[in-house]
Amino acid sequence: MTRWSLRLRKLAWIFLALLFLAALFSDRIAGASYAHQFRDFPGAPMSWRFPLGTDALGRDRLARLLAATRISLLLAPAAALFSTALATLVGGLAGYCGGLLDRIAARAIDLMLSLPWIFLLIAARALLPLNVSPAASLLITFALLGALGWAAPARVIRAGVRDMRSSDFLLQARACGSCGFRLLLRQLAPNLKPVLLAQFWTSIPLFILSEANLALLGLGVSDPLPSWGNLLRELETDLTFNPGIVACLALMLVVLGCFKLLLPSASASLD
Amino acid sequence: MNFVKHFAHLLLSLAITVLVGGFLTAALVRLSPGFGVDEHELDPTRDVAALRAVQAARPEHDNFFAYSVRHTARLVRGDLGISRNWNRPVAGLLRERWPVTAQLMAVGILGGWALALAFALPGAVYPMRIWNAVAAGFSGLLLCVPSAALALLIFVYAGPVRAVMALAVFPRVFQYLQNVLSHAAAQPHVMAARARGIGPRRILLWHIVPVAAPQALALAGVSVSMAFGAAVAVEVICDFPGIGQLAWKAALARDLPLLVTLTMLVTLATQMTNALADMLSATRSEVRA
Repeated sequence: MTRWSLRLRKLAWIFLALLFLAALFSDRIAGASYAHQFRDFPGAPMSWRFPLGTDALGRDRLARLLAATRISLLLAPAAALFSTALATLVGGLAGYCGGLLDRIAARAIDLMLSLPWIFLLIAARALLPLNVSPAASLLITFALLGALGWAAPARVIRAGVRDMRSSDFLLQARACGSCGFRLLLRQLAPNLKPVLLAQFWTSIPLFILSEANLALLGLGVSDPLPSWGNLLRELETDLTFNPGIVACLALMLVVLGCFKLLLPSASASLD
Repeated sequence: MNFVKHFAHLLLSLAITVLVGGFLTAALVRLSPGFGVDEHELDPTRDVAALRAVQAARPEHDNFFAYSVRHTARLVRGDLGISRNWNRPVAGLLRERWPVTAQLMAVGILGGWALALAFALPGAVYPMRIWNAVAAGFSGLLLCVPSAALALLIFVYAGPVRAVMALAVFPRVFQYLQNVLSHAAAQPHVMAARARGIGPRRILLWHIVPVAAPQALALAGVSVSMAFGAAVAVEVICDFPGIGQLAWKAALARDLPLLVTLTMLVTLATQMTNALADMLSATRSEVRA
């Protein structure tokens, strides 16, 4: 890794950490809750009091943006963790056991991957209740992303485990009497760590984008809870009157760019 | 012989996918909340006996397995069922809407591939770091924008909304294509050709493209799925009456019979495209061998 790419990665880390801190204390920074309505200032332009203006209901756009950032930066990694765990279970078992289980898992992975991701999300979201509380809609959306996003990581993990199954170090561990869970935990898991981490980091931007797409289509997090997708819906209003609307898109671009910089493959390509 | 075996294997796996998909479809419809509830059952003027008679008159109230088998058999015969929301046959709805989606997908696939090739091919032949960085930056930027937001922006500012399809497919194709082409360009036979003074165009057409073609063909199959995903967002945002919009409306109206049938058909279509791409790729590899 070159010094330049290391610096970029460090900058990405610092930016994400600062943003996360700002999102955690969004109420203090913005001076108002994301749901508070300033009824005398609906659709206010950018000003010192409202740096990004207010929306049509008089809610401070900065407070909503920071709250949405908090939601995305907390729940997208949580969903990524869930999907990576699920993928490890499916891919790891399939790769380790082989045989019929491996063939069934491979077919299930192929089936999941052949479906367009957004279409799969829409179909699965429709099976769950639509008229739920905002907090429940938030949890349902990210749980769905985590539950459906396992297929691509599972394929990579399965391939990794299959390669390791016939490796010398595993053979030696078996010869030394290691078997079952001990073999999985002490030998396979540490060697799979780079693959798992890569899959985890890859899933985060994918889930953030998917949530935004779902919310833009009206199937994501419901009002008054803010999410990046909900805020992006404001793009349909006149941007020349209030350019603060674009802040969400700009922040999303920077955050996703940072996540992409943190991917191991990105560092390799930068080199 | 290998080709026939490969083809038979593909057909068998497709058939199994359809059957499993049909069964899952039936299971999802059967287990969905509110399944089989007749509006007559909500009529307060009917007594208990009348309600029982209405319930008994429905064939769906037999056991789950019998229902699933019957539903799968209907799907295999080509009867896609009736949409609850539109109260019309699903087949008719699909017939009306598929040309719109097909047109959008064609624009997306052709445009996305044209852009990806335009950015990736020069980088594979000439060592142009700036060009590669610009191309990677452009595709990276597009990857970070939700396709629905892109469609919304272009729609609001009266831009060419069909271009969104190409812009949504391009970055995903480009990233893979660039890797495949740069890998092919780094092969020893390409270096040998360069050392012998063969021109860049000839190197590209005779030494790089043939090596990268099988993987590019496989990618072409996957790009159909990518284009369909983008079509859903574009059709909803820009109000194109296509299959993506139909799926979205079915999701909002919880029209599960329509939605799961659509899911199954989309799975079948993408599996068939992938199988076709695999077959072409296998044939090409065999011819080269």
